[in-house]
Amino acid sequence: MPSDRPVEARGLVKRYGPITAVDDVDLTVEPGDVYGFLGPNGAGKTTTLRILLGLIRPDGGEARLFGRDPQHELPEALDGVAGFVETPYFYPYLSGRKNLELLAAFDRDGGRARIDQLLQLVDLSGRADDRVGGYSQGMRQRLGVASSLVRDPRLLLLDEPTNGLDPGGMRDMRRLVDRLSGEGITVLLSSHLLAEVEELCNRVAIIRTGRIVYEGMLADLRASAGTNRYRLRTTDSRLARLTLLEHSDARDVSPDGDELTFSAAEEEVAAISRMLVGAGLGITALVPEQQSLESFFFELTEGEPVEAVA
Amino acid sequence: MTGALVAYRWELRKLVAQKRTYIGLGAAAVLPVVFVMVMALQKGGPYDAPLGHNLRRTGLALALVVLNFVSRFGAQLVAALVAGDIVASEHAGKTLKMILTRSLRRGQILTGKTLASFTYVVATTFVLGAAGLIAGSAAWGFNPLTNLSGVRVSTLHTLWLSVAALGVFSLPLIAVAAFAILLSTLTRNSAGSIVGTLVYALGQEAIAGLVHQSWAKHYLLSDQFDGWHGLFMSPIDWTLIVRAAWVSALFAAVPLALAYGIFKSRDVADD
Repeated sequence: MPSDRPVEARGLVKRYGPITAVDDVDLTVEPGDVYGFLGPNGAGKTTTLRILLGLIRPDGGEARLFGRDPQHELPEALDGVAGFVETPYFYPYLSGRKNLELLAAFDRDGGRARIDQLLQLVDLSGRADDRVGGYSQGMRQRLGVASSLVRDPRLLLLDEPTNGLDPGGMRDMRRLVDRLSGEGITVLLSSHLLAEVEELCNRVAIIRTGRIVYEGMLADLRASAGTNRYRLRTTDSRLARLTLLEHSDARDVSPDGDELTFSAAEEEVAAISRMLVGAGLGITALVPEQQSLESFFFELTEGEPVEAVA
Repeated sequence: MTGALVAYRWELRKLVAQKRTYIGLGAAAVLPVVFVMVMALQKGGPYDAPLGHNLRRTGLALALVVLNFVSRFGAQLVAALVAGDIVASEHAGKTLKMILTRSLRRGQILTGKTLASFTYVVATTFVLGAAGLIAGSAAWGFNPLTNLSGVRVSTLHTLWLSVAALGVFSLPLIAVAAFAILLSTLTRNSAGSIVGTLVYALGQEAIAGLVHQSWAKHYLLSDQFDGWHGLFMSPIDWTLIVRAAWVSALFAAVPLALAYGIFKSRDVADD
């Protein structure tokens, strides 16, 4: 039965011989989410996306896309859904435009009228009539996004969309994803890059060796990780320390060279900064500590096996 | 337009855009010309081949005689080149996952691929026929032909019979293409599918050689490549033609059903 929830997966299992690639995976993506599916290479992200797209059959569990089962209701279950797994591949002997026309035709010509606009969106208008065989990796990635948008999706599944891109290409791709989510498209973005997920996503699932070890809001993950810790640099470090110690909401204040670090809830940081300014201090830097989230991520994905955190 | 026709139309476009497609078509176009050149350089010829006694008397015989030769190996190779590649190349190019996540069903996509392969096989056969007619007529004229029963057949009637013969010849070739599609789907390997199809075709020839005295020979695929001979008998031997049709259909249906089952249910992963 159709529903508004873009993705709902429960207990997904996929085995390849003795290897369990996906082990009891639950995912819930709500409308409007930019959902990060985070994990190291080989953790089971792509296999999970393949199951969601109906490309492979799970050995257990079930998935729903807008309430429809991609294992039993194809192609209807993919209505409003688009994306790619791993690197998007195209017919190298056809031009970029012809590849998009082919895909539009396979979508019953629904998006054919938008092809020029999409080529412009992904900055490929100038090379649209060249064979894809001559495209760079970045151009293929951008064509992959365009090929997904041909369907005018409500849900976009992107598997490592910045893979193989140079820093400029990564920046452009992230801007594009940000822009698409701003237009109301729900995005499920698989990545092994914590910074990418942090930059783009509001919710996240972390997968390790096929198992989800965290699923929830990114802000909650930060809290779980202890990333309510901040680094402060001011015009007077000694006065700043005294001021913070007087402020009950700042905890564990400790000096670190010319800087101070302290813990506080995110919503209290604004009040703390006003108090520092009120005390006559100039703030030159007040930033959340990233290291601890990164450490927490590594702990979740590389350390001893842990129970799922939610 | 139905989904299968959409897939078929784009499969044809893809074939047109690939160099591989022109290998078979080019070979079909060149082979009759080479045949004429070889004949011009020597006094003898394959006069004992069916309709071979017409060589040097009428150009209408050329394509038909060439059909006898390509039916043992060359035609199967050309069919395998495209049909053996048509699914496997999607796996190799990792494009299958792209088209399977659109709005067409897997069965429609495979139907489109199958129809495109069959179209290619028929087109190649008719290119050979057209090239044979042009090259033969240029070399030996556009004269009446003496059929396998020794009856003289008018030029125009021979022309129509030749077109029908090309059609009948295409039937077992389509069955070979169907087997190549099965291997292409099963192995996901173009080279393996092409070689496997040739082994299959040669195997049929070998079995035909072993049972050449038996009734069973007439129900092997290899025997159906001679079904068109029935058109050049007086009266026309419809038994040969009808048998070529149903035996070829049977040899096509089984691999296609298997290919459909595999294609419809198989996991699509980059393994």
